[in-house]
Amino acid sequence: MTATATSHRSAVESGRAGFGQVLRAEWTKFRTVRGWLIATAVAVLIMVALGWLTGVGSHSSYDNGPGTPTVTGHPYVPLGPDGEAVNDRFSLVHRSLAGDGSITARLTSLTGAQVLLNHDDPSAPSETEPAPVQPWAKAGLIVKENTKQGSAYAAIMVTGEHGVRMQYNFTGDKAGPTGTVSAGSPRWLRLTRTGDTLTGYASPDGTNWTTVGTVRLAGLPSTVQAGLFAASPVVENVSQHLGGGGRVTGGKSQLTAGFDNLTTAGGFAGGDWTGTAVGSDDAQGLDQRGGFQQDGDTMSVSGSGDIAPDVAGSGDAMEQTLAGVFGTLTVMVVLGVLFITGEYRRGMIRTSLAASPRRGRVLAAKALVIGAVTFVVSLVATAVTVPLAEHILRGNGNFVYPVTGLTQLRVIVGTAALLAVASVLALAVGTIMRRSAGAVATVIVLIVLPYILAIAGVLPPGPSQWLLRITPAAGFAIQQSLPAYPQLSRAFTPAFGFYPLAPWAGFAVLCGWAALALAAAGYLLRRRDV
Amino acid sequence: MEATIDVTGLRKRFGSTLALDGMTFSVRPGQVTGFVGPNGAGKSTTMRVVLSLDSADEGTALIGGQPYHRLRRPLHQVGALLDAGALHPARSGRNHLLWLAHSQGLGARRVDEVLEQAGLVKAARRRAGGYSLGMRQRLGIAAALLGDPPVLMLDEPFNGLDPEGIVWIRGFLRGLAAEGRAVLVSSHLMSELQDSASHLVVVGRGRVVADTSVEALISAASGDRVTVRTTARTEAMTVLARDGATVAVTERDTITAAGLPAARIVSLLNEAGVPFSEISSHRATLEEAYMELTRDSVEYRAAPLATGREEAAR
Repeated sequence: MTATATSHRSAVESGRAGFGQVLRAEWTKFRTVRGWLIATAVAVLIMVALGWLTGVGSHSSYDNGPGTPTVTGHPYVPLGPDGEAVNDRFSLVHRSLAGDGSITARLTSLTGAQVLLNHDDPSAPSETEPAPVQPWAKAGLIVKENTKQGSAYAAIMVTGEHGVRMQYNFTGDKAGPTGTVSAGSPRWLRLTRTGDTLTGYASPDGTNWTTVGTVRLAGLPSTVQAGLFAASPVVENVSQHLGGGGRVTGGKSQLTAGFDNLTTAGGFAGGDWTGTAVGSDDAQGLDQRGGFQQDGDTMSVSGSGDIAPDVAGSGDAMEQTLAGVFGTLTVMVVLGVLFITGEYRRGMIRTSLAASPRRGRVLAAKALVIGAVTFVVSLVATAVTVPLAEHILRGNGNFVYPVTGLTQLRVIVGTAALLAVASVLALAVGTIMRRSAGAVATVIVLIVLPYILAIAGVLPPGPSQWLLRITPAAGFAIQQSLPAYPQLSRAFTPAFGFYPLAPWAGFAVLCGWAALALAAAGYLLRRRDV
Repeated sequence: MEATIDVTGLRKRFGSTLALDGMTFSVRPGQVTGFVGPNGAGKSTTMRVVLSLDSADEGTALIGGQPYHRLRRPLHQVGALLDAGALHPARSGRNHLLWLAHSQGLGARRVDEVLEQAGLVKAARRRAGGYSLGMRQRLGIAAALLGDPPVLMLDEPFNGLDPEGIVWIRGFLRGLAAEGRAVLVSSHLMSELQDSASHLVVVGRGRVVADTSVEALISAASGDRVTVRTTARTEAMTVLARDGATVAVTERDTITAAGLPAARIVSLLNEAGVPFSEISSHRATLEEAYMELTRDSVEYRAAPLATGREEAAR
């Protein structure tokens, strides 16, 4: 039989069959299974519902000691010049400085102490007993906008174990010469103000000066408070126990700093030095007896507290409203897996690959569809949940750590991106394994198990941090809204919600896993018979 | 593009099983080619290789001279039905066709056209999970027709069809071939292909046993046996044997002669004055011809249980 003249020619208008068509086909596949659409709605509901529960289940109240009335709400948390929560509680010995000026002093001693709590009468003067100087206890020279908590400042100081530092506006920290001080090796410090620029110097001998740092405090008023200060943070003992995360116990510590050769120049007001306990509830001033002692150009200043950012202990971090992320993750992982294993189970993969013989395109289209669907669905969920839960939390008297709009956006969008990449990882693992149950279990074990092991305190901090560096769970770093500041002696461990990698670096680790899995899936899909 | 399928020397091994062992045949346009053989003979594997779903260890499978995976718009060139059950049960039949159409740059209008052609309009918007096997076969055929392709390849499309459906599909396949398409239809039952296929590729154990027209196959299987009913059995045998026929007694008053056409037998008996009451030329059914051809394969299939299990597990 001859074939030439009789061959049928397709009468259907010939459309394009490029990647766009494959993409559209995969989207049609997704949207035409009602159960999958319902599942995406469930994924949103889980996130919103758990965020709502986090809000309504948390109430905050406090009192000022035995016998004082209980107040709904949280104790005052000062905010720094940039709006972040700060600790601002220290002993300040100051004079007004109008215009430019400079203050110089020699720091000759740092002495630590532990403050003993008087449980019977918290308002009684505290007893102390000698203790080592805390690593981040600090004393030195400071220029501060005013004596209110959270006001702008710049300070040059010597710390317990971190040498000379120039710190400013709570988050800024520049390192100077190392080493602590003693009578044998004192440290000269100088702080100079010129307009809104402050420069800190350090010197071993009062002759050869090193610049430690220069900072500009925008909007600093003409008249500021300048002088000497001392602060010593709360002692933290961290214990981690199975399933319970970390626990912090500690007590107040105190630092006494001895200065001599105190001189001022420029627009300093005359008269006596004033002692102020910045951040003290009862506004009780420092006096010659307790807070500081002066003898000519020699001065001793004692103080407790800290001048530093506050990142834990005062309230909730915004990402805690996203407790539902694991529910949403599970739903989207199951969808990601089923998007491909469902085709293998019923042999439909053959129809798909016969329609689009370039198999890599099919996988890429599926990844784009499931990734985009998960991103949009999750973004709706996080964008609703965070403001809603924060509103409820604040309404119930809780303190929610304020973060910048950019950070807020990063957590909301980043969580959606995290879920999207997880769903793509699920698709890839599903393609590799071709079995639904096994693939879902594998992905959950890859993402959630390391997180639980690290966060719930099952493992010690070291291995926990490694898990959150190398496993897909590293991606949860995108949710960390409060940075871990090195100038805080806090346990910045996973158990406290601090990740070893920066937000986008952690997210990149997760993306790396997804990319690797996708590459392996593409290789196998092209190579295997179906 | 020429509407042809050319399969040349395909070999494929699954573990210890040789699924394809030099499979070679061609499918031409304008006719329905039956692809017959017992289960496990390699029909489905061949079709998967043709669609570039499975790779062959050796040999080539070309559509109009090109390997399938090089086709730019595959569904415009080949329509295939491999497994009617390859559906997501929650998706409606129409939506199943819709995603396929979208993958080829086709729209919903074409989907409605093939639904009409396959007689599935009423059930189109119901969940495909609730379809009978017959409805799924119709949906699979509709899917194969989406791109109006010159080559159609259907694996066991008769499965699960009711008698009315079988009649419908036979006519349908003949119609498609008459439009100049190359149509390859597999079945493990020859009877299903009766009245639709005009050419047959009979396979067993991964290779082609016969590649012939239906007519030739039947006459080859029939031989040219002629049954003669006569009271003068001995005389008749003598007359016919003398002229070269192989004669055998089948019943008390019937003999069977092979090697001579019926007309010659009539004239020989008349010349010799041997009385006879009936002469019938025997014609084998397609089924008999097929059984004859595939006897080896069937014996192979019925052989040790372990082999059968392996086949099934695949």
